[in-house]
Order: sequence, then structure tokens, then C-alpha cells
Amino acid sequence: MKYMTEFRDGRIAEKISAALAVESKNNVRIMEFCGGHTISLLKYGIPDLLPESIEMVSGPGCPVCVTSKAEIDAAIELAWRPDVMLASFGDMIRVPGTKGSLRQAKAEGADVRIVYSPDDAVRLAKENREKKVVFFAVGFETTAPVTASSVKLAESLNLDNYFLLSAHKTTPAILAALLAEEINLDGFVCPGHVTAITGTEMYGILTDAGKPCVVSGFEPLDILSSILSIVRQINRGAAETEIEYSRIVAPEGNLHARRIMEDVFRPADAVWRGLGVVPASGFKPSGDYRRFNACEEFGIEIDMDEKETKGCICDSILRGLKKPPDCKLFKTACTPEDPVGACMVSDEGTCSVYYRFHRAQRVEPEIVPA
Amino acid sequence: MCLAVPMEIVGIDGFRGVARIGEVKREINLMLVPDVKLGDYVIVHAGSAISVMNGEEAKKTLDLLDEIIESESSQEDRQ
Ligand code: SF4
Repeated sequence: MKYMTEFRDGRIAEKISAALAVESKNNVRIMEFCGGHTISLLKYGIPDLLPESIEMVSGPGCPVCVTSKAEIDAAIELAWRPDVMLASFGDMIRVPGTKGSLRQAKAEGADVRIVYSPDDAVRLAKENREKKVVFFAVGFETTAPVTASSVKLAESLNLDNYFLLSAHKTTPAILAALLAEEINLDGFVCPGHVTAITGTEMYGILTDAGKPCVVSGFEPLDILSSILSIVRQINRGAAETEIEYSRIVAPEGNLHARRIMEDVFRPADAVWRGLGVVPASGFKPSGDYRRFNACEEFGIEIDMDEKETKGCICDSILRGLKKPPDCKLFKTACTPEDPVGACMVSDEGTCSVYYRFHRAQRVEPEIVPA
Repeated sequence: MCLAVPMEIVGIDGFRGVARIGEVKREINLMLVPDVKLGDYVIVHAGSAISVMNGEEAKKTLDLLDEIIESESSQEDRQ
């Protein structure tokens, strides 16, 4: 596959690993913010290629995992309305809220449809004019412009029965929240696809705080060389934003996508699983697009008081303070088939990734042998 | 849900397009990448192309990786 296999060359991986062994001097903790990076790290066995001085820490960048129980509850409430058809990405329907999941509601008769894209939800609205179709919109800035473009599509089709329950989250707000926590991190492997939309400006708060940032792709060599760049920055006392993933990410991001996203959405306070309310960290349809906001249409409010699930330490995991094996329920009461917390639900959730790939369970790395 | 994969654009019709990876073809939305051309590689996420791959930048990154090998080898020589 073009520009995929080239970034899996085991020979180069070994060289970078050797360079890291020589160049990494002090103990450092580096956060990979994005769940996609967590998957690549463990799937390719990258921690085994790092010297002991480098500890990788997973961050809160899995949108399924950070969706609050209150947002799930609101989706379930809507799905039970006789006039509503609720459309959701497949992995959202297994996430537990306070009273079960969308999957359970569906099994009991609520109208829940699984869609692959927001455009599929618009199609449902077009084909079911007697219903109000609500798309349960989750995701960071990678997904928000896609949702925004579905609103534009519905508008162009003159549909008055398409709505968004927006549980979108924004990256800059959560970076600021993470920094405020004093979590002892020395550098960031920054999310490639989010940055493809937003551009790199938002990492200023991290670099100003002395944290090197490297925007990375998702192949093993992308991640390894990003880690090497972070270590080299640390060694020369620098804290800059670099783009390793320049084949996809321009410094200014995707200006066209940003315009569509900013046209449809305005920042709004949002509640994160494990982290609580973070000011201006969500998106709501506003201005000319306010009529697409399901909360306004149906007069529902998202409960901002997020309750903990007993025994689940997702909150500490999402903040990089603990790892899945630290949780007593990990692999016992909590498994991907029967998840207790959200980190176990999504394929990118830290607990789920650990469950599938950590040590013994790891699949053979796909790194091309030297 | 966050999966985003590189696919080749093999059809364009306004804001709709067809993208291919291996044997799999899929209809996708092109609203976020208005300047896309046939044969471009794009990152597809949730049914939309979100970014067009820059082939020159890809080559530069691969060249940098080669440089890492060379500089590392020369370090080994010195040791
Ligand atoms: S293993 Fe399950 S219960 Fe424990 S932190 Fe992860 S998701 Fe929560």
C-alpha cells in the first residue's frame, strides 16, 4: 500500500531503537494523546523497542471513552421517543450510561440505527420523513467537520427532520486541562488526524510550558521517529512543535474543513467521562444552524454532574496517571465483551488495547522484517 | 470509530467520490477537500476525505528516515 509499507521497515525501526538507546539520557514520560497511537504502539510492540528510560503514557484521545454517561443517557432517552430514530456509530452503542447502553435499549425495542458515516444518517432522514432522525455525534476535530458537512448536506436537501445530539469534544480545551493537572509529562506525541484539520497552533500552550510536541502519523516508523525527535528536543533543551506527519498535516491544518466546522458549531461547555466539566470543550450547532441542535428541539439537558462507576479507574487512565493493569476489574469483571468502563469499549480505548495487545496477547508485529 | 485510512481517489462527481484501498471501493464525501484530483491519496474518516496526501512531503519524511540510519551508523563507527 502506498506510503504505508515504507513506514513499517523493520531495519529502520531497529536503527531508531538503537539511536534512542544512545541518545535517551534521563527518564522521561511521553504521552501519546490519541487512541489510534495507543493501538499502533502496542500492536507493533513499540514499547519493547524503547530504552527503559522512556515511558509511554496514554492520553484522553479516544472519543468513545470520554463520552460521558450523561450524554449516553440523553441518547437513550431520545431513542425511546416514538417520533425519533437515533443514528449512532457502531462502537458507541455498547458504551454504558447510568442505566444501560444503547445496545440494550435497541434490544428492548428503541429505534437505534448503526451508521458508518453522518451522511448515512442524513440518508435515513431523507428516507424516513415521518421520523426525526437524531445523529449521536461524537469525536474530536477529526470528526466534527465531517458532522458539520452532514448538516450542510441536510440543509441542501431541505430536510427539517435531521438533528445532532452533539457530544463532540475539542482538543485545545483538554490539553489545557491536562496541563493544569501537573501530571509530570515531558513531551507529547500529538494526534495526526486531529491536527490535519486544526493545524498546529493549539500546541502553543504545551510548548510554552516547555513540552516538546511532535505531530505523528500512525505507522510504526512514524511513531518511533516522533519519539526520537522528542528526545532530541529534550536533549537540546528545546520545546517546539514539529510535524513528522507532514504528508498529511499542513501547519495551518485544513482551512476549508475548519471553515465548515466553525460555520456550523460554536464552542460549548462539555462533560467528559472521568474528567468532569471542561469549559468550552464541546461543540454545539449554533447561529444559522441552531435548529439542528437536538437538545433544543426536544428540550433536553445534559447532566453536567458525571458520576463515577464503582471500581473503574478510567478517570485516572484517561489522565495518564494509571495503567489498565492497575485496575482490579481489568480482565476479570471488565472485558471487551462485557465492559464496565468506557476505556474497555472502544477499539481505541486504553483498556481494550491493553486487553488485546499487551505482552502475552500481542499479535505478531507487522513491521516488515529486516 | 477513529479509524482513518489512506485511500486512492478513483472517481469524482461533485462532492461525491469513489475511493479505493486494495480491492475495496467505497463511496465517500469530498466536501472537506474541494481541490482533490483523481489519483490523489486521501485520508478517509467516517465516510469523508479529511486530508489529501502530499507525495513530496512523504518522500521527504522517508529521506529523513534514511538519514537517521546513516547518522546512527556513523555513530556506531565512532564507538
Ligand atoms: S479495566 Fe474496565 S473497569 Fe477498569 S479502568 Fe478499564 S474500563 Fe474501567
